[in-house]
Parts: sequence; structure tokens; C-alpha cells
Amino acid sequence: MADFQNRDMAKRVLDKIKESGVEAKFMHVCGTHQDTLVRNGLDAMLESTGIRILQGPGCPVCVTTPNEIEESIKLADSGIVVTVFGDMLTVPGAERSLAHAKGDGADVRIVYSIMDALRMAKDDPNKEFMFMGIGFETTTPATSLALLSQPPDNFSILSCHRTVPKALRALVNMGEVKLHGLIEPGHVSAIIGEEPYQFLSTEYNIPQVIAGFEPLDLLMSIFMLTQQIKEGRAEVENEYFRVVKPEGNPKAIEAMAKTLVESDVKWRGFPVLPGTGLEISDKFEAFNSRKKYEDLLSPIWDMDFPEPAGCKCGEILRGIMEPQDCPLFGKACKPGSPVGPCMVSFEGGCSIAYKYGKRGN
Amino acid sequence: MCLAVPGKVIALDGAISKVDFGSGVIREVNMSMLEIEIGDYVIVHAGFAIQKVDEKEAKETLKLFEELMEKT
Ligand code: SF4
Ligand code: SF4
Repeated sequence: MADFQNRDMAKRVLDKIKESGVEAKFMHVCGTHQDTLVRNGLDAMLESTGIRILQGPGCPVCVTTPNEIEESIKLADSGIVVTVFGDMLTVPGAERSLAHAKGDGADVRIVYSIMDALRMAKDDPNKEFMFMGIGFETTTPATSLALLSQPPDNFSILSCHRTVPKALRALVNMGEVKLHGLIEPGHVSAIIGEEPYQFLSTEYNIPQVIAGFEPLDLLMSIFMLTQQIKEGRAEVENEYFRVVKPEGNPKAIEAMAKTLVESDVKWRGFPVLPGTGLEISDKFEAFNSRKKYEDLLSPIWDMDFPEPAGCKCGEILRGIMEPQDCPLFGKACKPGSPVGPCMVSFEGGCSIAYKYGKRGN
Repeated sequence: MCLAVPGKVIALDGAISKVDFGSGVIREVNMSMLEIEIGDYVIVHAGFAIQKVDEKEAKETLKLFEELMEKT
């Protein structure tokens, strides 16, 4: 395959970014982008240019709320087999995490794919299985396809899926950060295509580039944003066209439309963001954990859980603080003993910063 | 969480295929979101192929980078 790690080319792009003289703040909303930036030292290289890169609410694990964790713990404690992606295991709810529930005897199982969870449910018809549906548009189509595959009666889904473009609108409307450009997540875009981002350019005049995940992809996307600014353009450009088609993935979009409906959900660090959640539609309500176990779960819905004391994940997810600015970073809060979700997930800003050696200030 | 990685389709059986991720890693992947053929490269996330990688476009991308660098 083609070489996207070419160092000479990277250096040339970096020089061009510097030469452009553009001074601007760009935000990305993707844990994988943050990983590429930090792992390859691009963030340090960019310091010699006028460009600052902020990280937004880019990791679906980090933005999951304590209420959603509490819902899953409640079901686990009630004897239902809870299947989750590994990242979710140690995310703190009000007090305990799913790992604690497991330690206390609940049946909590890590799966790599929703298909594994379906298989487990089919193989063990005497037990009830719940799959915790986490993720943005990259992950959601799998949930939809599982719903369309005639799941067994002992299987249900706790949908915690969220969508990216409308969350960006909310972020921009909050006005805490002045953004000059957005680096859009390549794999979310592989599903939804280019059109859903359009309003951010037309209504808010923000230049955008859909970016891949190699170092060169990111540098080139940053360069493309500086060019838009220089030329006074604000449009959606697609640097990752080897994977992202303008129309996205029509089969995936269709599967989502058939099975899910928009809902208003809270994101960690944010208030309720209208229309950014995806709930299972009435037609498939037999497989909706919130319908199936309404008696168990409804008391949790209106509860208010404070963020862990001292944790700045909210500020980090909104792009107004860096992990190193959190007084607990690298001290009370480390990957082995995370205080907040940004230190738990591999794609969390605090965990990435810690892994690559950015110790506290 | 939603890290997605490229691999090459080496076997097809209905919606289920085998994908080679290199270094001897071969996994079963669900293809129901795509139309694919053996030999295609796909991006895989949580057991599902979410999109094809177009090799021609990949080379095109690098050429475009060159051009952008020359032009500006
Ligand atoms: S879910 Fe997708 S967009 Fe979000 S962090 Fe993961 S790879 Fe990036
Ligand atoms: S370092 Fe820990 S406590 Fe501080 S913001 Fe990150 S996750 Fe929260």
C-alpha cells in the first residue's frame, strides 16, 4: 500500500504550514487523531508554527455519562449478563465501575464485536444478555445490523450511541472556544459522508477537512485548513478520499435509519445536546434494554451524579483545558488508578498524554 | 475505542469473510455493509468492514500531496 509515513514529505508539509504564516486554532474530535498527533510528536513539531490543535469530545468512552454506567451496573447486579467493549470496564459510574460489579460476582464479559455478544446469547438461552452499545457513527451500524439480524429473545441492547455533527454545532454554539477550523474524523465520515458537516461551513463559516489517521494525513489536513483560511474559503474538503466517499456508506446509513431514532442525551462535560443520541426505535423495542428492564432502570434516569472531585474531564472534552493542566494528572490520577474517564479509555486525552510522557506541570 | 484498521480480504463466505491484517493476524469480519471481492482492502472496526480502501485513490492522494506542495 501507499506510503503515508514518508518523513521527507512530512517535513515539507510542516515547512509549508510554517510558511503560510497562518495563526489559528483547529479542533479535532477523534481519539485516534490525538493518538497519531502525540505518538508521532506532531504536536511538538507544530509548536514552531502558528497552529494550535485542540482536542474535542472525541472519544465515545469518555463522553458516556455516569447515568449510563449506572444503568449497566444495575443490570449486571440484577443477574443479567452484561457484554461490553473492554474500554468501558473501568469507567467510573457514581461510585463503582463495571469492573467492580464483576469483582462482586456479576457476569460482565468483554467482547470485541456485537456479533460475539449475539453468539453468546444464542448459545446460552437460559440467561439474559445485554450489550452496551457505545460509539459514534463508526460503531453504530453494527448495532443496527445486529437488530436487523433477528436476535434471540434473551438479547437486548442498551443504546449509548451518539452522533458527531450535531454535537459540533452545540460545541460551537457554547462559544467557549474560538475555532478557526475543524479536522473531521475519517472513520465517522466513512459512514456518514461529507454532507452532514456542511452546515458548519455555511452557517458558521468554519473551514473543515475530513482526515485520515497517518501522520501525513493529519499534517496535510492541517495544511489544507491553512490554505482555506488564506484564501478566505470555508468548505468541507476531504483529504481521506481513499476511504471516505462523498455519500458515505449507504447500506450502513440505511440500517441505522431502519432501527434507530434521534434522542436528546447528555454528554459528559456537556449539558443535554438535542438530537445527538440514538435510541432503538419502537419497532425493535423488544430488544431495547430500557424498555425491557424499565422497572429496574427508570429510577436511575433522573438521578444527578457529580463528576469525580477535582477531575477536569469536562473542560478537556470541551477543548478549554489540557490534561497537564489538571492538578490530579499523573499524581492522584494515572492509568492504573483513573479518577476520570479521560484517563480510562485508550483514546482518552489524559491517558494518551500520560502514555507518551507528558507529566504534570 | 473505535480504532479501525485496514486489512486485505482473503476469503468470502456470504456476509462473513476472512481478512488478513498482516503479521499473521487473520480474523473473521462481517461484510454486510459493503459489496466486496477477494483481494479488496477494507477498513475494519469492531468486527465489521465499514468501507473499502481504494488503492488507486491512495496513490492519487500522494500525487495530490506532491502537487499541492509544488503549487504553493
Ligand atoms: S470513535 Fe471514531 S471518531 Fe471517535 S475517537 Fe474513535 S476513531 Fe475517532
Ligand atoms: S487527569 Fe484524571 S482527574 Fe484530571 S481530568 Fe484527566 S481523568 Fe480527570
